[in-house]
Amino acid sequence: MYDAIIIGAGMSGLAAGIRLAHYDQRVCILERHTTIGGLNGFYRLRGRDYDVGLHALTNITPKGTRKGPLARLLRQLRLSWDDLAISPQIGSEIAFPSARLRFNNDLDLLRSEVARAFPGEVDNFERLIAAVVEYDDLTDEHAAISARVRLGELLDEPLLVEMLFCPLMFYGSAREHDMDWGQFSIMFRSIFMEGLGRPYAGVRLILKHLVRKFRALGGELKLRSGVSRLEVENGKVSRVVLDSGEVLEGRRVLSSAGWCETMRMCNDGTPVDASRSPGRLSFCETIATLDRQPKQLGHDRTITFYNDQEEFVWTPPAEPCDLRSGVICSPNNFDYDEPLGDGVMRITALANFDYWRGLDERAYELEKLRWYDAITASAVRFVPDYRQWVVDTDMFTPTTIVRFTGHDNGAVYGAPEKQIDGRTHLDNLFICGTDQGFVGIIGSIVSGISMANMHCLRD
Amino acid sequence: MTKDEIRAEVLDILADIAPDEDLSSLDDSKSFREQMELDSMDFLDIVMELRKRHRVQIPEDDYVNLASMDSTVEYLHPMMKDM
Ligand SMILES: Cc1cc2nc3c(=O)[nH]c(=O)nc-3n(C[C@H](O)[C@H](O)[C@H](O)COP(=O)(O)OP(=O)(O)OC[C@H]3O[C@@H](n4cnc5c(N)ncnc54)[C@H](O)[C@@H]3O)c2cc1C
Repeated sequence: MYDAIIIGAGMSGLAAGIRLAHYDQRVCILERHTTIGGLNGFYRLRGRDYDVGLHALTNITPKGTRKGPLARLLRQLRLSWDDLAISPQIGSEIAFPSARLRFNNDLDLLRSEVARAFPGEVDNFERLIAAVVEYDDLTDEHAAISARVRLGELLDEPLLVEMLFCPLMFYGSAREHDMDWGQFSIMFRSIFMEGLGRPYAGVRLILKHLVRKFRALGGELKLRSGVSRLEVENGKVSRVVLDSGEVLEGRRVLSSAGWCETMRMCNDGTPVDASRSPGRLSFCETIATLDRQPKQLGHDRTITFYNDQEEFVWTPPAEPCDLRSGVICSPNNFDYDEPLGDGVMRITALANFDYWRGLDERAYELEKLRWYDAITASAVRFVPDYRQWVVDTDMFTPTTIVRFTGHDNGAVYGAPEKQIDGRTHLDNLFICGTDQGFVGIIGSIVSGISMANMHCLRD
Repeated sequence: MTKDEIRAEVLDILADIAPDEDLSSLDDSKSFREQMELDSMDFLDIVMELRKRHRVQIPEDDYVNLASMDSTVEYLHPMMKDM
């Protein structure tokens, strides 16, 4: 009998596991896949290391900062700032046809950029910052109001509104077209006021630390151990049944598999609440390895968020991929002590899950090639054309995300309605990760920590 | 445990929670919250570390006593003096 069984060895599951194992609980993490990491894993292909998701870590505050999610996470997991070896971004950009806004980890740059591009908005922008700072993630009752409505009240220039939404939605909106004011404030702080950074070695460094710590504390990790069923008796999960038929028992179960995904595992016929649709926002991602550093092509931006029209559209596209907007990331353009070996350009674009799922194997491979080219052609309108220096490529689609994480629709940020308290209809079943509330790498780690604290460490 | 030993133990817990913090300049009479910006999650950790290490149970109503080093040592001493 375990004290806790955790479903999923992504960021949130591992973080929850560390908390519980640290306080001497018998913990077992069950992961269906052959490796850890989930939405943010890593892999090796043709002799090169790749990260699945990681563009940048958000919430990056300098060493010694005591406030904010990163500082809290380090204390809770007993990690030192130096363990993550994070290098800050060099500088990023929001690129629209008629305006560009640069930003880095010092809010003053964005302030001056807003003043340059939107001179009439200087005071309004300060009011927006004040409102964002004022928002309290734990108590604020305005969390669910529309960010579009709120921004409409605070700012006069519709273009500035769209330009601010673009990076914040790309990095963390499960809701289409709009964001909750709470989520907007959290994302605004984590990207514009705290900042972006990356460990030189990428996401594997973070995962390695998490899994090592978990194991050193006596935690058990079982890979290739998908959970197929949660057996329910008297309002509780009584047994956890694996794909192999093996049965485990735990006093509590914490699931990072997603809300709908977890409900479907329960064998009490829990109807999945229809208002709780899984999210639909998914991505295609192209990765190009270059034979030189992006800087040698004149590209020094860390992340470029682009959109080729005045309005930023945040819904699943009718086309296989949305070619109007995207995120271009060069992992080389962080402030490291020494340069990364290969030059890399990654592009994220919104994608249509149903289209990609419907293809047979041959068509899928061909469409990947076709859309790799289309996405790249769209992106090089905003950054130097790097296509002639490409030595290797990879690409993934919404179906790749489903295969490796089991999330419905390949929804990267999960369901639009979050279950903030992590509770379910069963006394000893809780959810953490993407569908609980916080998204992104730092967000999901914080989610795992807080759900472990709230539901599994109070007795 | 003497008061000094309890203080050393609390300091060890703080060092564990915040490895990057310089604790040599901690003012025992000032609140942890003010000096180290500890939040409610951190206070819960101090409570749980005390339980894990010394089996000391601190009811939620008593958390206020953990505000500063002085008040924490004062509060813990009766419970820990015979350990
Ligand atoms: C393309 C892409 C780019 C991204 N870029 C960034 C970025 O630059 N910065 C950032 O901060 N975030 C980024 N993210 C988001 C970030 O990866 C996620 O928010 C975060 O990793 C979510 O962690 P999680 O623990 O909630 O979920 P997951 O990582 O999905 O973990 C869930 C785990 O549960 C396992 N599982 C599911 N069902 C079962 C089952 N039945 N039995 C056993 N195991 C099961 C899955 O295999 C998975 O490992 C990106 C995501 C993607 C896809």
